[in-house]
Amino acid sequence: MTEKIEPADPKGFTDPANPKDVKAQTGDAVVEASKDETKDATIDPAEAPEGVVEATDIGREVTADEAVDSTPVQVGERRGMFGASENGDTSGYGGLRTPILFPGNAARPYGSYFDEIADTLAARLGDGDTAYGTAVERVVVDRDELTLFVRREHLLAVARVLRDDPALRFEMCLSVSGVHYLHEADAELHAVYHLISLTHNGRRLRLEVTAPDSDPHIPSVVKVWPSADWHERETWDMFGIIFDGHPALTRILMPDDWPGHPQRKDYPLGGIPVEYKGGTVPPPDQRRAYN
Amino acid sequence: MSTTTDFFATPALGDDQGPAFTVSGGDWGDIVDEATALHEERIVVNMGPQHPSTHGVLRLILELDGETVTEARAGIGYLHTGIEKNMEFRTWVQGVTFCTRMDYLTPMFQETAYCLSIEKLLGVTDQIPARASIIRVLMMELTRINSHLICIGTGGMELGATTIMTIGFRERERILRVFEAVTGLRMNMAYIRPGGVAQDLPHGALDQITGIIPELRKGIHELELLLNENPLFIGRTKGIGYLDLTGCVALGITGPMLRSTGLPHDLRKSAPYCGYETYDFDVVTRTGADAYDRYRNRIDEMYMSLKIVEQAVDRLRTTPGPVMIEDKKIAWPAQLSVGGDGQGNSLDHIREIMGTSMEALIHHFKLVTEGFRVPPGQAYVAVESAKGELGCHLVSDGGTRPYRAHFRDPSFNNLQAVAAMCEGSQVADVIVAVASIDPVMGGVDR
Repeated sequence: MTEKIEPADPKGFTDPANPKDVKAQTGDAVVEASKDETKDATIDPAEAPEGVVEATDIGREVTADEAVDSTPVQVGERRGMFGASENGDTSGYGGLRTPILFPGNAARPYGSYFDEIADTLAARLGDGDTAYGTAVERVVVDRDELTLFVRREHLLAVARVLRDDPALRFEMCLSVSGVHYLHEADAELHAVYHLISLTHNGRRLRLEVTAPDSDPHIPSVVKVWPSADWHERETWDMFGIIFDGHPALTRILMPDDWPGHPQRKDYPLGGIPVEYKGGTVPPPDQRRAYN
Repeated sequence: MSTTTDFFATPALGDDQGPAFTVSGGDWGDIVDEATALHEERIVVNMGPQHPSTHGVLRLILELDGETVTEARAGIGYLHTGIEKNMEFRTWVQGVTFCTRMDYLTPMFQETAYCLSIEKLLGVTDQIPARASIIRVLMMELTRINSHLICIGTGGMELGATTIMTIGFRERERILRVFEAVTGLRMNMAYIRPGGVAQDLPHGALDQITGIIPELRKGIHELELLLNENPLFIGRTKGIGYLDLTGCVALGITGPMLRSTGLPHDLRKSAPYCGYETYDFDVVTRTGADAYDRYRNRIDEMYMSLKIVEQAVDRLRTTPGPVMIEDKKIAWPAQLSVGGDGQGNSLDHIREIMGTSMEALIHHFKLVTEGFRVPPGQAYVAVESAKGELGCHLVSDGGTRPYRAHFRDPSFNNLQAVAAMCEGSQVADVIVAVASIDPVMGGVDR
């Protein structure tokens, strides 16, 4: 589904001498791992030194529970040194290719109330078709936020348990937003749900559901959280994700007859050059940029 | 009013569409009489998008049976400006100037949510200087009063009480003057920046704020004297726009509306940010769950905000220090000062970077043109805006621009309650109910 880089890859940007990075290897401080990525990304992953695995053991003993594949997920690739898109890169690093790595699977313990949520959810989902292991494909703990990547076919079952179980009780779905990862094969479209539990003093949880661009269907959660109504309409309007079972999935911000879905990455920003006192300012998406 | 060919109406699809009426004033009774004369039992009224009492370009589609609303739907999107998409094409710092324009009555909240979210992505949340956080709190609370005054003021105007509006706008003007003195702008200030705030408070700003606090208190009290026990106002608002706790939770309603059902949910208490846990204030709740209690909540929240403002001013007097993060890789390099021709870059700073320090010039140039990079990942930060939970969901791909910036605007979500609050009520109550939601279309449509 998502393009995963070689297992040896994270070691490429890990300094065994740095205790922070040792922690990052075990997965409970993925923040550091992603930060270092920007700094040390010039190291070719393929040439990563062997033996960093031992470094993991220095920091903390790895138990069987923690033996998860915490490989960061590659969602794209950055080229060159400065990200200038036109006129070539004169820095001498024009051929540089840097993977864009998002935090991977987290290892136990997740910290905070996250373990409790995961355990309760696993217990309530049972062992049937929607067992925790099947329904939740990835658990990411990043920047003190818990994200459950839920397989779309199991979204409704998971959502119901999250809302109804007294120990979970995420009564409110505050927002649904889409993200378009243009280069994540077979998972280009993500719908991101932000939940809050008022019963449990404002606990928060993020659900992320992916769908391939060729089959942009995700079940609607309006039946579980009526508040998702307009948010899903907006996500359909902006990204073209079809929420199956939505009572009236129509455009909400754009005119009804608008072609295309404007917030997708392959949809141009548009704009016209502006002339002012003899000079011409190109539209924002055609200006020189360093991204 | 007459049955005419409306050149601006959507062309009729068939004979079953019935005649189109264009109403531009006059007595509602006459319109109903005329429609009744045509033996139409079901009338669909498009209220807005250009109607003075729909808070900007909100379109309410009402199905009427006489004067009773049988179905109500809200149509939005008339003010969609693609801010979120535009932010993907600007640097992280430039994004502030965009999100501040979403809900134009609560600019500081969007800025703070956005900056807190960037800071969370950067992992520098605990490096924000104390003074910057206090200034953020101060500005946010003033913004809350500003927004509530507009809500009550325009809400009163929609009831036909222009005095309420003039009092509201008069008091708001005092706050806008403070904003202008501090940030240079009355609205859309782009004052709160990643890492802190754009610049320190100018000389005399604290005295100015201390000066307006009693005036604001007096003005808000004046509103209270006018409205709290006013039989007309109570008659128009009590029991109107009723939405109980179950409805609020199901529809994801937050802010004064949720608190009018008795649930003391306030992010400033339940998930404090910017040091709110150190301020002394109460969460205002009432249990009527109607437009009247929402109004009373807003009045009391303004008093609470004034209380926080006072505490913030006291702290600012004793907390010196920088207002921007120390990390020179993030902090905006410009040093502003007031020159003979107005505010601009400090001449000393220009002299230094142009004359003596090549590295400082390079640094300045790189940070301003290229911007800083934010490690890949995503973050969601919510602040308690005047209207409810304002969330900012940012995704970074490690570049100098947001990969995705999404704002969970409270008005957008709360407008979903229109159907639940208006169906079964009178046409006139729709105005009151919508006003008690306090939607601002700039935020709804973004």
